[in-house]
Amino acid sequence: MWRNLHVAVVLALLPAMPAIAADETGIVLSPGAGLDKVQAGCAICHSLDYIQMNSWFQDRAGWEKTVTKMVKVMGAPLTPEDVAVVVGYLEEQYGKTPPAAGTTGG
Amino acid sequence: MDRRRFLADSSATLAGGLLIPRVLLSEEMVSGLPAGAVDTGILNALPGKRELIKRSFRPPNYETPVALFREELTPNDAFYVRWHTGVPDVSVAEWRLRIGGPGVKSPREFTREELRRRFDAAEVVAVNQCSGNRRGLFSPHVPGVQWGYGGMGNARWSGVRLKDVLEDAGIAPGALEVVANGADAPLLEATPDFVKCLPMWKALDPDTLIVFEMNGEPLPAWNGFPARLVVPGWTATYWIKALTDLTVVDKPFDGFWMKTAYRVPKGMFGASGFESQDTEQNSPITAIKINSLIVSPAPGTALAAGRRAEFHGIAWDGGSGIARVEVSADGGNSWKEARLGRDLGRYSWRQWRWDFTPKAAGPLSILARAFARDGSTQSEKLAHNPAGYHHNLVQKADYDVA
Repeated sequence: MWRNLHVAVVLALLPAMPAIAADETGIVLSPGAGLDKVQAGCAICHSLDYIQMNSWFQDRAGWEKTVTKMVKVMGAPLTPEDVAVVVGYLEEQYGKTPPAAGTTGG
Repeated sequence: MDRRRFLADSSATLAGGLLIPRVLLSEEMVSGLPAGAVDTGILNALPGKRELIKRSFRPPNYETPVALFREELTPNDAFYVRWHTGVPDVSVAEWRLRIGGPGVKSPREFTREELRRRFDAAEVVAVNQCSGNRRGLFSPHVPGVQWGYGGMGNARWSGVRLKDVLEDAGIAPGALEVVANGADAPLLEATPDFVKCLPMWKALDPDTLIVFEMNGEPLPAWNGFPARLVVPGWTATYWIKALTDLTVVDKPFDGFWMKTAYRVPKGMFGASGFESQDTEQNSPITAIKINSLIVSPAPGTALAAGRRAEFHGIAWDGGSGIARVEVSADGGNSWKEARLGRDLGRYSWRQWRWDFTPKAAGPLSILARAFARDGSTQSEKLAHNPAGYHHNLVQKADYDVA
């Protein structure tokens, strides 16, 4: 129970508390379709530098394995539709090679 | 509830001050890491720590820059940080260590002062090395925290023997493993709590300790205050931080972090010494493999032809002790023995030094390899495994001679 409460509290406070999030808000992921789902689904439990740190060497199957583990084992609150979107984003932006300049939309 | 309070993130110290992350100087960089890990591996100071290389902000995973390994014992404020979930903020007044389970005769509960009073003091100098240290150097890369060389440190650990505490509670017939849990807990109910276990023989080893201090000072919160397990010779995954519960069980513990994570392919690295956790396919990672590191001069440093250069390094293994370290300046055709530093015990790393005068200008590569007293030596070919453990390739450090 308290854990669920905690999630709610953390999520509610994130934008308002620079002391908790200042460094993390310095993390800028590549813009692209699905970024919102990545931010909502992954940043509950860990900073998003985990994604950058693990690039660029994973293909679609690699990211699929990671995201599936996050959902099935770690309990990330992503629907199957969300998983498809998140995996697509990761493959596109943090796959085997950095996205070519000008193709990321930003 | 108190122990569930989590420390504010590192940025607390930065909130009103400088927010400019310092990127690494070239001599602090490690070649071979994924590009994304290089980009995000900035220097950043957690409260009470000096600037370390940030791998991830939350949970905090920070490694020690190699230059700081020149010291025999790694200072507490330079010691690497590794958490799976939030860092617990534990008050000593409320902290208790509970000992129970079907494998003990009389369950116990102690305050820190009761532990200190009741049991003999014990200490050990030991290397604490993350299982995934050097994962970032795997080729091909494997996912996980992309550690360079600094997911490790050497310290003098002081506390009481785990053996004495367990025997005080009385070990029942059939006791098989000691399950250890700390105050850290995941945010989501569904996430597996970080819990590990030890076989009885390792738990009863007189060098396996419950410690309150490192290097004569209380453990920093980042390193497990107020008490953590010290399991000399085994990788740091077993050194449970902010320890609260020891449960002696009579059946193999099957938590996620034992059964599924921290595994190596069966037989790839020899016997695990932990039969109750072995399966047909794999084994838990256990003892540290023989390894060494060239600390200075940092690779890439300019050396002068005709001028003596002093090479300093460290070597360590899983507890047999270091027999010798050899260095080569000709690509491994010939090897010279380095001079070993003080012996602080078989679980400590051993410093070494080798002097060499490069004759001519041009590129120079130095290789270093350590030999343990058990006869083992470092790998020449990477034993690639899915989780990226036990990277102990013979190191090649490149320099420019002018």
